[in-house]
Amino acid sequence: MIAMGFDNVYESIGEDNDDRHWAFGTGFSETLSGVEQSLPIGIDVNDLAAYCLMLGDDALVMSHRLQEWVARAPELEEETALANIALDLLGQARLLLTRAGVVAGSGMTEDTYAFFRDENEFLNVRLAELTDADFGALMARLFVFSSWRLAILKRLRASKDQVVAAVASKGAKEITYHRDYAAQWVVRLADGTDESRSRIVAGLCALSPFISELFTASAVEQRMLYAGVAADLADVRTEVVGVLLEVFSEVELEPQVLGAGYCALSARGGLGGELDSIRSQMMGEHGSGSGREGILMGAIALAEMGEHGSGSGREGIHTKAMVELLGDLQSLARSYPGATW
Amino acid sequence: MPTSNEIDCGFEAQDSFDAAIEDHKRIEPRDWMPEGYRKTLVRQIAQHAHSEIIGMQPEGYWITRAPSLRRKAILLAKVQDEAGHGMYLYSAVETLGADRAELTRKLIDGTQKYSSIFNYPALSYADVGVIGWLVDGAAICNQVPLCRSSYGPYARAMIRICKEESFHQRQGYELLMTMMSGTQAQRDMVADATNRWWWPSLMMFGPPDGESPNSAQSMRWGIKRHTNDELRQRFVDMCVPQAEALGVSLPDPDLRWNPERGHYDFGAIDWEEFRQVVAGNGPCNLERLRNRKKAHEEGAWVRDAAMAYEKKRAGAASVATSGPPR
Ligand SMILES: [Fe+2]
Ligand SMILES: [Fe+2]
Repeated sequence: MIAMGFDNVYESIGEDNDDRHWAFGTGFSETLSGVEQSLPIGIDVNDLAAYCLMLGDDALVMSHRLQEWVARAPELEEETALANIALDLLGQARLLLTRAGVVAGSGMTEDTYAFFRDENEFLNVRLAELTDADFGALMARLFVFSSWRLAILKRLRASKDQVVAAVASKGAKEITYHRDYAAQWVVRLADGTDESRSRIVAGLCALSPFISELFTASAVEQRMLYAGVAADLADVRTEVVGVLLEVFSEVELEPQVLGAGYCALSARGGLGGELDSIRSQMMGEHGSGSGREGILMGAIALAEMGEHGSGSGREGIHTKAMVELLGDLQSLARSYPGATW
Repeated sequence: MPTSNEIDCGFEAQDSFDAAIEDHKRIEPRDWMPEGYRKTLVRQIAQHAHSEIIGMQPEGYWITRAPSLRRKAILLAKVQDEAGHGMYLYSAVETLGADRAELTRKLIDGTQKYSSIFNYPALSYADVGVIGWLVDGAAICNQVPLCRSSYGPYARAMIRICKEESFHQRQGYELLMTMMSGTQAQRDMVADATNRWWWPSLMMFGPPDGESPNSAQSMRWGIKRHTNDELRQRFVDMCVPQAEALGVSLPDPDLRWNPERGHYDFGAIDWEEFRQVVAGNGPCNLERLRNRKKAHEEGAWVRDAAMAYEKKRAGAASVATSGPPR
């Protein structure tokens, strides 16, 4: 017998919150309940705040790109998975931006950081802000992004900042799922049809100009590493290379697929002359039939290296895509001064 | 030619179906059911599933634009729920022998409908609140009785869905409460959105009882529990005090309490507008279907790849089982 009667349609509205919907209820602050919130001794607060912003902005901006896929995913299962991943990242962003405000003692909140900073004040890596040509490009980017972020969060579980450590230990579980989800799609697409293989290859190639940035520590990150707060990006690189190669080898993708990015990964450096050889290797490898188009797109991405190759998101330098992203993110919040939401 | 034995079975099956309906027992996928019952259910559940999916669009637009991160998280979770609702409902309709891909094709080519309410635009962030309050609210009124649908899989899907819809309704209302205590510009947005959504949400209950030809049969089959007009009246009776608490007025000069009936009287609904929107002439019909079609077509290569991949793996697995020649 069903208890829900017609006469009290709204009865269930008074029920307790479902945990999954933490955003509405008290779940948000509960994440940090019992966590030591005081500032770690001997740590530069400006550096710590900036480090929280870096990690928070990565999550906020990647989440935004995933949100853009709502109502346009290839299948309903992907619809819910992508929204889920976007929600997890948004949750991490909120905690980290909030922490940045507390640490800086500036009165900044998650919302003032998200909606009232300008482009050059955002500290996310540029990989997070790129637009995705198709689902293959999204999966390629999500795979690299979450492999990288997972490696970072795993190390941050031992961070000297207790809040960063708490966010990392919750986040690492979430990102493990994100990485596995994306890795499965990379494998499926690489070993699906000729078209899907060429698209996933193109998606990976397009990332190449933005790979080296992931493993290059900014001055703040170096100081925070020394202070026991941040993750060591050299260690992170070792782990990420292992994960990528494992997945790539399962479907016989050459590591060169990440092009110049792979050069940075393997610390071989020296980009100029190698571009041509990478490109020709890629053409030789998968250069037949409909794969050619994907390879070509990858090669174009490589050629654009000069344009994107300098500067870094960690220093507030971004791509054109970021301007348009912030327009979407911020314009409503900015157009109603004094409003409460 | 059926044998006499089979005909007997048919009669027996019809009898036990009738008895189950009579006793308010649930019909399950393996039970015999009349073809009309099956067809009506397929149409009803598919239309419901399509509505969940198309319904993601008006609010989905606002996710990336939400004015606070908390509101963004709430809205994203809600729209994700709607995708989940679509999934449960497509699964329920598949127990009747329908196929999700085929149903999607029928949605895209316009053979099957979705709720007309989603052919209206969501013009401001107040619309997110009003959709939660009125549209999810009307959906709850419509759907809570369906938790007692005679068809088991549908009834079970509705229980879970109703729980989430009531959550959406409460969140929408809470957003409006917050906006009403904000700036004048925000209060104006709420008033404007309420004015635009009120009448369309009354239309969500379908045509008046006199013009709803299939209702009687559906009521007998236990796949509809109350008439359109009954449900509409319930909805109005619930919304009026909620609007008062909110401090927003509903756009109907004829709306007043009738102590004799014990219900609120309300003005005449513009059924011509309803027919126009159902016929495809609403403000957003083309856009909604175009978006759905685009997403579906752009996803074709992904679905093909997933299928090709499964096939290869299945092939590899069967080779592995048979083992290498010795
Ligand atoms: Fe729903
Ligand atoms: Fe809903």
